[in-house]
Amino acid sequence: MLCQHCNKNEATTHVKTMINGEYAEYMLCPECAHELGYDTMFPDFNADFGGLLSSFFSNALPARSGATRCKTCGSSLNDIKRSGKVGCADCYDIFFSELMPTIRNIHGNTEHKGKRPGAIEYTVNEEKTDDSADKLTSLKAELKKAIEDENFERAAQLRDEIKGLEG
Amino acid sequence: MSEAVVSTRIRLARNLKEYPFPVRLPADKAQEVVDKVGEALKDCGIKFHRIDADNVTDTILVSMIERHLVSPDFISNEKGRAVYLSDDNTVSIMVNEEDHIRLQVIKDGFELDEAFELADKIDNILSKKLNFAFNDRLGYLTQCPTNLGTGMRASVMLHLPALDMSGTVYRIGANLSKLGLTMRGLYGESTKPAGAFFQLSNQVTLGISEKAAIENLKNITTQLISQEMRARDGILNRIEVEDKISRALGVLKTAKLMDHNEAMQLLSLVRLGVTSKKLETLSAESIDKLIVEIQPASIMSRYSETMSAQERDIKRAQIIRKRFE
Repeated sequence: MLCQHCNKNEATTHVKTMINGEYAEYMLCPECAHELGYDTMFPDFNADFGGLLSSFFSNALPARSGATRCKTCGSSLNDIKRSGKVGCADCYDIFFSELMPTIRNIHGNTEHKGKRPGAIEYTVNEEKTDDSADKLTSLKAELKKAIEDENFERAAQLRDEIKGLEG
Repeated sequence: MSEAVVSTRIRLARNLKEYPFPVRLPADKAQEVVDKVGEALKDCGIKFHRIDADNVTDTILVSMIERHLVSPDFISNEKGRAVYLSDDNTVSIMVNEEDHIRLQVIKDGFELDEAFELADKIDNILSKKLNFAFNDRLGYLTQCPTNLGTGMRASVMLHLPALDMSGTVYRIGANLSKLGLTMRGLYGESTKPAGAFFQLSNQVTLGISEKAAIENLKNITTQLISQEMRARDGILNRIEVEDKISRALGVLKTAKLMDHNEAMQLLSLVRLGVTSKKLETLSAESIDKLIVEIQPASIMSRYSETMSAQERDIKRAQIIRKRFE
């Protein structure tokens, strides 16, 4: 299909947008997409999230908990991967190590800083980098020991956790 | 600053711990969430009215999008969704859109701190009554991982006609993602943003505090504005540009048919003329209000929901002529 903007080049970018109160879709070539600013438009990552997530799956292990579905909401990892939508708060626990690389990829971080619910006088968890470096060292030591002990299940868990921290 | 900043928005995403996220939420539970949020809002000293999405017409819903009170996603599925609006439309709380709660504060001008302060206050009140899904490491838990952490999206609506004319706005836009920000067109016929209105927002929500994200957005906005002002200095004394601005006002004052795209382009030029003191007519604030009024669904929800495109263009021209009299 040709680009709907220049009608010259092959269209590779699919743009969905709400314009003038009406929903519209366009196919654009990379140059026009760039010119029109669509290559920088990610108000959220929904469209790309599935792709991002699945690219990590080639080397992913089964869920750490061994679960294939979240007991609370019934989501499987595949559901989350396909829709880019996490089913409930518990999914973040159950599929933690599988989601972590994607979360890091989106934000470049995996450690919340900022507000916490409940208290008005909340603590701000600002600049806590040393902590995670410490944690990384201790996880790596633990990983080495787990491999020596041939505890491969634990080693896999640790590997994911380290990967989550390092990105 | 108000030469280039139209308005400011803060949005916080929150979910209730004891319910699945909206994608997995059954209809009866969705109603419960809407009711619970309404109940919790009673404590915050602001009067809200509740609008259930499946209780109003599509035209009204779309006009709410045009006024930035709800998101386009909000109306993609109306079941079990509601919005609580404050009397002055400054605060809107969407329930069961992508998250259980999308709390939004919108203010005219460049008012990031004020908007955040109000959003933060309402959030504190809600969190006393509602049990928010939160994780020590990941922060506020959201349906889409792009909002994890603070769940906060801070945006400024910018008018950048000079950067748009020179084409630099797209080069700048492409580099913003490196700074954790994103920019997109606000209004637009076809694929090109109409009238050089852009929305600049933070993209990263995890690993950066609300305050730091706002500071970052503030700094970049200030830099963008000074670039815009420099670009204006470069073009405004050119007779071709002055001519374009004056003609724009002439057309707005006399035209009988005005489609949305043309209106946006002309109003953008006139806004440029007014803010750089080349024209004396309506204030920038009045032009900003007018821009919202002439959006298609806003016209239809106010006058008639059965208008054809041409009837709308006639009405639009009429509203504009009257305003510029």
